[in-house]
Amino acid sequence: MDIVVLLKQVPDTETLIQIAGDKASIRTEDVKWVINPYDEFAVEEALRIKEKHAGKVTILTMGAERAVESIRTALAMGADEGVLIDDPATQGSDALGTAKVLAAALKDTGYDLVIAGQRAVDDDGYQVPAAVAELLGIAQVSMVVKEEITDGKIRCECTIEGGIMVLETDLPALFTTQRGINEPRYASLPGIMKAKKKPLIKKTLADLKVDPSEVGEAQAKCRVKSLSFPPERSPGRIIDGETVEAKAAELVRLLRDEAKVI
Amino acid sequence: MAQGVLVFAEQVDGSFRKIAYEAVSEGRRLADTLGDTVSAVVFGSGVEGIAGELAQYGADKIFVGDDSALADYTTDAYTNMLFEVVKDNDPRILLFGASSRGKDLSARLAARLGVGLAMDCIALKLDGEKLIATRPMYGGKVLAEVALEGVPQMSAIRPNVMEIVQSPKAGDLEKVAIKTDVVKTRVVEKRLEVASKIDLTEADVIVSGGRGMGGPDFGAIEQLAEVLGGTVGASRSAVDEGWRPHSDQVGQTGKVVSPNLYIACGISGAIQHLAGMGSSKYIVAINKDPGAPIFKKADYGIVEDLFKAIPAIMAELKKVG
Ligand SMILES: Cc1cc2nc3c(=O)[nH]c(=O)nc-3n(C[C@H](O)[C@H](O)[C@H](O)COP(=O)(O)OP(=O)(O)OC[C@H]3O[C@@H](n4cnc5c(N)ncnc54)[C@H](O)[C@@H]3O)c2cc1C
Ligand SMILES: Nc1ncnc2c1ncn2[C@@H]1O[C@H](COP(=O)(O)O)[C@@H](O)[C@H]1O
Repeated sequence: MDIVVLLKQVPDTETLIQIAGDKASIRTEDVKWVINPYDEFAVEEALRIKEKHAGKVTILTMGAERAVESIRTALAMGADEGVLIDDPATQGSDALGTAKVLAAALKDTGYDLVIAGQRAVDDDGYQVPAAVAELLGIAQVSMVVKEEITDGKIRCECTIEGGIMVLETDLPALFTTQRGINEPRYASLPGIMKAKKKPLIKKTLADLKVDPSEVGEAQAKCRVKSLSFPPERSPGRIIDGETVEAKAAELVRLLRDEAKVI
Repeated sequence: MAQGVLVFAEQVDGSFRKIAYEAVSEGRRLADTLGDTVSAVVFGSGVEGIAGELAQYGADKIFVGDDSALADYTTDAYTNMLFEVVKDNDPRILLFGASSRGKDLSARLAARLGVGLAMDCIALKLDGEKLIATRPMYGGKVLAEVALEGVPQMSAIRPNVMEIVQSPKAGDLEKVAIKTDVVKTRVVEKRLEVASKIDLTEADVIVSGGRGMGGPDFGAIEQLAEVLGGTVGASRSAVDEGWRPHSDQVGQTGKVVSPNLYIACGISGAIQHLAGMGSSKYIVAINKDPGAPIFKKADYGIVEDLFKAIPAIMAELKKVG
């Protein structure tokens, strides 16, 4: 089975985000880059599926040269091959532009199963996987916490508000990960050594026969005009009081009379 | 030329979700600014009876797709149906609620239409006829103003953020042809939690517990949530310990919530937790460590052992209430 993981490199969730001079992007200088946490779940799930059903796990990333590091990490976890699409023409792509490139790359590599994160924690977009599935004309199953593959079918447990929905679809298909699906493994030392020898193929739009004028900033249909920091929360108030009862009384009073939320 | 605001109104098992009212109300507000009309779309099985409810929130017209094939949400059936409604009516703005289904549907449809979609928006405004959406990025560390190209301009709004406003309109029902086309997924089973539990994303009050709970007994938190009509949440540590299910987790790898009141008990306030609840209207922190970072984000803080503070709060609530 050919399993492809869509992996995006994003700023570490601990990273201090600073707005760049153009006021529409972030400063990337001091950012620590990591694998998008949901994509880590995707890598782990791909490896488990491979361990059970045999096959090959390919990591597919559209991004800058620095993303090599994240792909290597996934290879060290156990993935077989990496593909990085690094082309200046992709810069500023929105979800649809990104999906066009990824879908073209998927057609190029071949796939039975595509696994993506439900969202990338940088743009919090929740969009690329659905767009990829649409462009490939395959089923998408969102926010999966458990899956099982039998006879060319995948059965997924998906989280929805208030519960779980169990869906089944034929392969090829795409699903996105939700926390709870697994605990990603760490790359072992032998794994890291082995990863150095695994293929990491770089491709450009020309290799994928994607017309550069169809992607990138100029084609973006959803465009960030400006970034700002959310309004600072007014400095909190520590409630004083002699006793815990006095503090509780004051809190209840504030919630009733000042905040008016209870 | 494209006209009107179209709103996808989500219903589940014959009841609208709160987000449906929020989305129709927001659609009405935008349409009033444009001097335009609002149409809502409802898909489901046996939903003709409830569809009219949307008139109250400002729907001039309500498209109803009522068929057993639409009983449960599937990406394909709903996308195929909605695509036809959009093609036939050529709206200038198309709104969704950013619930789990709303995200799945809007993302697939945006790709099919080849237009821009602003996901999980917390504010919408118009610049002339252009929709400008405000949406959090980087786990809420920044807010982005995004502009959309293409027609319709699509946006999915974050649950629990926008106001529900009554503004009765005609709400004429119009049935739409059922053409679900090829549906690639089959619904095997639905496992729903007790109906009385309000989902965290829709809750007005959330009481969350963290590692400070010290164990799986969340009784104190559950009682406080019950008295306040709220829902129980948890930090990732509490989930990792196996004290609470994953569905209770609030944060960057959990749910993003916007209640009126969020009470964090025994939660330190890690950046990834704040990413999930930072947009709550009021935050209360109960923590025995005065240096806990959560106090910097809390409107009201109580430095106490939570096992003493919660019973005291409960006693006080019972006294006045
Ligand atoms: C990629 C990534 C994603 C993450 N996603 C999330 C996420 O979605 N959600 C999330 O919550 N975390 C997430 N985390 C984890 C996060 O970094 C923190 O580890 C976690 O939020 C800490 O949980 P906590 O506050 O319950 O525990 P702790 O940090 O251990 O804090 C416990 C607090 O309880 C207090 N306390 C202890 N006993 C008592 C008592 N009796 N009375 C009162 N107070 C008491 C302590 O003073 C302390 O402040 C993520 C981390 C990473 C790296
Ligand atoms: N540039 C990219 N390269 C590879 N995968 C991506 C890229 N952007 C998004 N994805 C995938 O799509 C998921 C959701 O991303 P988003 O729609 O941006 O929130 C991610 O978790 C990845 O699996």
